[in-house]
Formats: sequence, structure tokens, C-alpha cells
Amino acid sequence: MNVDRLLGFGDDALVAAQRLAEWHASSPEMEEDIALANIALDQLGAARLLLTYAGEVEGRGRDEDALAFLRDDREFRNCLLVELPNGDFATTMAKLLFLSAYQLPLYTKLAGLSGHENAGRLAGPPHRDDAGRLAGPPRREDAGREDASRADAGSAGPPHPEDAGLADSAGPAGPAGGGDAGPAGSGEGERLAAIAAKARKESAYHLDHSAQWTIRLGDGTEESHRRMQDAVDALWPYTHELTSGEVSRDEWLSIVEPVLAEATLDRPADGWAPGGGRSGVHTEHLSYLLGEMQVLHRAHPGARW
Amino acid sequence: MPDNDWPLWEVFVRPRRGLSHGHVGSLHAPDATMALRNARDLYTRRQEGVSIWVVPAAEITASSPDEKDAFFDPAADKVYRHPTFYDVPEGTQHL
Amino acid sequence: MLAKPSESCNTVEVYGNDIPGLLGEVEAAETALREAAARDTEAAHGEAAYFDAVIKADQKIEPRDWMPDSYRKTLIRQIAQHAHSEIIGMQPEGNWISRAPTLKRKAILLAKVQDEAGHGLYLYAAAETLGVSRDELVELLLAGRQKYSSIFNYPTLTWADVGAIGWLVDGAAIVNQVPLCRCSYGPYARAMIRICKEESFHQRQGFEILHTLSHGTEAQRAMAQGAVDRWWYPSLAMFGPPDADSTHSAQSMAWKIKRFSNDELRQRFVDMCVQQAGVLGLTLPDPDLRWNEERQAYDYTQPDYDELMRVIKGDGPCNRQRMAHRRRSHDEGAWVREAAAAYAKKRAADA
Repeated sequence: MNVDRLLGFGDDALVAAQRLAEWHASSPEMEEDIALANIALDQLGAARLLLTYAGEVEGRGRDEDALAFLRDDREFRNCLLVELPNGDFATTMAKLLFLSAYQLPLYTKLAGLSGHENAGRLAGPPHRDDAGRLAGPPRREDAGREDASRADAGSAGPPHPEDAGLADSAGPAGPAGGGDAGPAGSGEGERLAAIAAKARKESAYHLDHSAQWTIRLGDGTEESHRRMQDAVDALWPYTHELTSGEVSRDEWLSIVEPVLAEATLDRPADGWAPGGGRSGVHTEHLSYLLGEMQVLHRAHPGARW
Repeated sequence: MPDNDWPLWEVFVRPRRGLSHGHVGSLHAPDATMALRNARDLYTRRQEGVSIWVVPAAEITASSPDEKDAFFDPAADKVYRHPTFYDVPEGTQHL
Repeated sequence: MLAKPSESCNTVEVYGNDIPGLLGEVEAAETALREAAARDTEAAHGEAAYFDAVIKADQKIEPRDWMPDSYRKTLIRQIAQHAHSEIIGMQPEGNWISRAPTLKRKAILLAKVQDEAGHGLYLYAAAETLGVSRDELVELLLAGRQKYSSIFNYPTLTWADVGAIGWLVDGAAIVNQVPLCRCSYGPYARAMIRICKEESFHQRQGFEILHTLSHGTEAQRAMAQGAVDRWWYPSLAMFGPPDADSTHSAQSMAWKIKRFSNDELRQRFVDMCVQQAGVLGLTLPDPDLRWNEERQAYDYTQPDYDELMRVIKGDGPCNRQRMAHRRRSHDEGAWVREAAAAYAKKRAADA
């Protein structure tokens, strides 16, 4: 297992969590504060599992905290997208949409699940009917239907909004640590598969949340449409870095394009494609982010907290 | 109410399979889809439920406390609706 | 007994019987709520007599029951202030989320601050059952016409402040809130039961942070003592002015909104903290703190109530900063709230 690759997964999640957590006590509405904190906690949880694992694979005795707090920006392997400033709420939602449209298929692959199951049970990407479902209000009959949907919790049935995220413990694979969850032959592959199987369900929720907001802002008021389009345009170049590895551009577009269409937003043209994050060449923003994140830990070398 | 205020929704959660949905509280959301999601984040952060209903608070018709006697007193003398009305011989099991 | 404080906190060892005792009181309040509901209320004729009979029977007043206007107003004021405190209270602790010293601490703190938002929402929901909208209450807060707890106008200067807030501020809040689980107004009592249960981890995480620091390096220990020195008296002031000066107490007690006086609760808090400070190996900054055999309670120095009044009136270290932050977030979110409302309206028109 390539350590840099694991660090890439873990650093994406860590830096995304750090940015999302900046929204605490600042969200457009109190309910959204709670939702963003949930997503930040998911990303942070995934980051901890991935960095712990990366440290073990590396074999130099570095734990999650050594990796998070004692590396410099040039040693971080996250994509540029996640380190960009939060901007306004539209920018944050566009970042989350683009990131989760990458993380969902990525984790699905790492978990050894088929592309079809990519759809998850919540925010299905490629299927036409799923896309419509994603945006639409919950149907009346959903109210009485939870039992049926829970019964097949492991299958890739149509998404049931009312089960949103409640089925974590009933999913097909347990949390990290279960040794028999992964399909890959090696123990290492199994470990990563177990982490990914947990993170994948969370990503499905993140995708749903960001898609819901992208649609509301895109198709809301004149101002919100302008802001959402500006955010999509500004961030679009950074999405190429996401789709230069495990997740193909087509796969990613098949998730994002229906959301943009539903949101009455223009899909920007492909062009400038900044990169470098995976080899440690970042934007100016990362060093500041790490400076803040690491300041206390580094001020007390060797201390326990 | 100004146009941009989000309406109030009442939230009902089924805590476990086999139990009824119970009222847990309320929240504000722009529409049903978001209300459901907000309810998930707000009222089931600690895995308190397996299913959620959200209902626009404005759509709930409630009995008035003034009607209490007319609504509920007629049931007060129908004790045969309650299982404790019946004498069960000592030693009977699983009834 | 606390060999690995970062792994687990044996709360029985740490707290003696205090915290399990308080949580037990929450359970007892919930049981009492159910038992009272099963009792018959004395026959009463007329709405006011019925209200009095319900209060007397320790039953709950529910939203659509008749209630005196002043009961309603008192509750709205108190519940709103409580809700505002949860929302403003996110700021001082949230100040350290980005700099938490380990990923585990970051996750715990983020979850805790998130809980505070949740508790604010439970409380606003309880207030809304009294016929006032959350938007109105938020407007009153932003206009400075409703208050929040003065404690949140103090700054969090070091990481240890996060620990001190958890131990002292949340500790004081729990002592205050546990009796509210028995409040006569049903929605408030139920919200408080839920909140107290969820908050049980808040105080423990604060205690654990301080314990780790006080058993860490010299610099960490100094950080912990400094935080306790700064937060002790403001925490004592959280219980409000002394009983002799408290304007709202008597009527609230009669209505069973309040169950204990400010001074009773303050004393209870002091008595709890002395033992816990010993476990922490930290000193409470009060040279006159000593056991009074006759009273079976600790004698202690009162907080500076003039300072409390100044802070309540707006001249604490962070009043302006906290309010500016809340206003800015509210204003900057307006276009998002409008957009979502506009979208909902379009979809409703389509249907």
C-alpha cells in the first residue's frame, strides 16, 4: 500500500473537516450549524482512521496526531480544493458537492463494492430516476414505508430520505476493524475496505446535503443563483485534480451534472486544471490553515493532551 | 410572517423497531426535504431513532383544553377498554 | 485511579456521588413527571383554579392550557435567555476547535459545541409553544433586549479554558438545570430532561482536560491553574444575584418554575467543586474557602456582584464581540434563508 496515497485520502478528509468546522456558530441558520458540524465530524472521523492506518503502513511510529500536527504543508497530500477558503455558503456547498461526488465513488471502490452500489441508499448519482428523487420532496407514502426500506438495508434500493443516515449500524459492512469486510486479498486491503465502507455511507449523506443546497441556491433567488454559479465557476478548475486518479472524470460528472442541471446552473467549460496537492505543492492557503491547526500542539513538544 | 421565515415543523421519531413514532420536538426548515434532514441531525445525533416523520406545525389540528371534558371524559367510564379492568385468576401466565 | 485519564474517566472516583447523583435527579424528575401525570387533579372550577390545582399537584402545564399572562411572560423570558445562552455559548469554546491539540480533542469539542446548538434549538422550540416565534426571540437578542448568561462574555485565552468551561461553567449549569427538569411547564421540563442527559458528557470532558493538563508538563499545569483562577468567580456569579437582591425569585418559586434559590444552588456548586479540585490537584482561588462544621457546608467568598451587573449591562470583556459575531452570522445568512424560502415557494406552486 502506497503511503502517499493513503495520506491523500486522509489529508483530504482532515483539511475538509478543518474548513467545515470554521462554520461553527456562523451558519445561515442554526439547523445548518448542526448539519455542518455533523459533516465535519464525519470527515474528521474518516481522517483519523485513514491517518492512523497510513502511519502503521509507513512503519515509522507516527500516529494520527504526529501526522496531522507535525508535518509541514509540503508533506500534506490533500487536493487543492479542500484547502481553499470557505468563502460564502454557496462556495462551501459547491466545495462539498464536488468533494463528496469524488469521495463517494472513491470509497465505494475502496470498499470493494460495485459501481452500482455507488448509488448508495440516499443520494444516487447516475440513475435518472434517482437524480429526480434526490431533488424532489419526500413522497407521501414514504411516511409509512420505513419498515420495508429498513428490511433491505444492505441492498442498493432507491433512496429513502426518511432513513437518512439512520441505518449506519445496519449497513453491509461494519466499522473499521472488522477484518473480514474487505474484498481485497491482503489484510491491508481489508483494513482500508472497512474504513471505506463506513466513510462511504457518510459521503452519501454529504452528497445529498450539498446537492439539496446547490439546488435550492441555484434555483432560489436571483442573488443566490448568481452566488451559486460564481462558486461553481470559481471551483470548477480544482475538480480536475480529483478526477486524475481512482475516480474517472466521467464518473464524477455523472454525479455532478444532474445536480447542476436541476439547480438551473451552467456547467462550466473544462480548461485550466491546477494541481500539485498530491505531491505537496499547495496553494498559499494551506500553510495558514496548518499554522492555526498545529500551533498549540507544536508549542508543547511531547506533551500529552 | 415575513416571506423568508422558515416554517415550523413538528418532529416524530420511532425510537426502535416495534415502537410508535413519538413527538420529540420541533425545528425550522424551508421545506419537507430539508426538515427531514434537519430532524435527522438535530434529534437523532445519538442514534435515538430508526425513522422520522416531519409535519408542518400549521397543519396540525389540536383539540382545545376547553373541549377536554367533551373529548376525553366519555372514555373515562369505559374501563373495559383497559386490560386492568379484568380480574385475572392468580397463576395465569402470558395473558 | 486516573492512570489513563485520556482513555476513560472513572466518574465515580472523580465525582464521588455528585454527578451520578445529579443524573439520578434527572431520572427522578422524569419518573415524577410520569407519576404526577397519572394522578388525578383536584376538582377545580374555572381556568385559574384549574391552573392552580395542576401546579399544586406537581403536574405539568401544557401549551394550550390557560395560564396567567405573567406566568407565560416569565417563562418566555427565562427559556429565551436560556436558549440565547446556548447559542452565544458556542463562541467561546468554538474559539478552540481549529487549534485543539489532538484530533480526538478536536472531535470531542466539535461535538460538544454542536450539542450546544442543538440545546439552543430544543429551548427555542419550547419557547415557541408559548406563542412566540423563534425569529422574534432572535430579533430581541440581536437588538440587545433579551440577555444571555453573562459567563459567555469572558474570553477563552488558552486551551485550558475549554477544560475550565467544561468543569466549572457546565458544572454550574447542570446544578442550575437539574431542578428545571421539574419545572411546572411541560415543554420546558421535557427539554431540560433531554438536555441534562446529553450534557452529562460535557462536564466530564472538561474535567478530563484539566486533569490531563494538571498532571502534564509544568507549562500545562500553569495553564490549567490559570484557567481555574479566571473562571471560578464568574462561574459562581452564574447563579445570579444573592437571594436578597433577586427580583424574580419568589413568584417563580410559587409557580414551580424555580425550585431552589440562587444562594442554595451556589452553595451546592461550591460544595461539589472543592472535592473535585482536590482530585485535579488545582487550587480554587479563594483563601477563605473552608469547611463550616456547623453549617455542614463550605464558607466561601462571594463573587463580585458589581462586576456581574456591569457584564450583564454590556461591559464585559467580550459582550461586543459576541453580539457582533451573532449579528454578522445572522445578516450574512439572510440571502441563504431567503433563497431556500423562495425555492420552497416555487415548488409549492408547481405542485
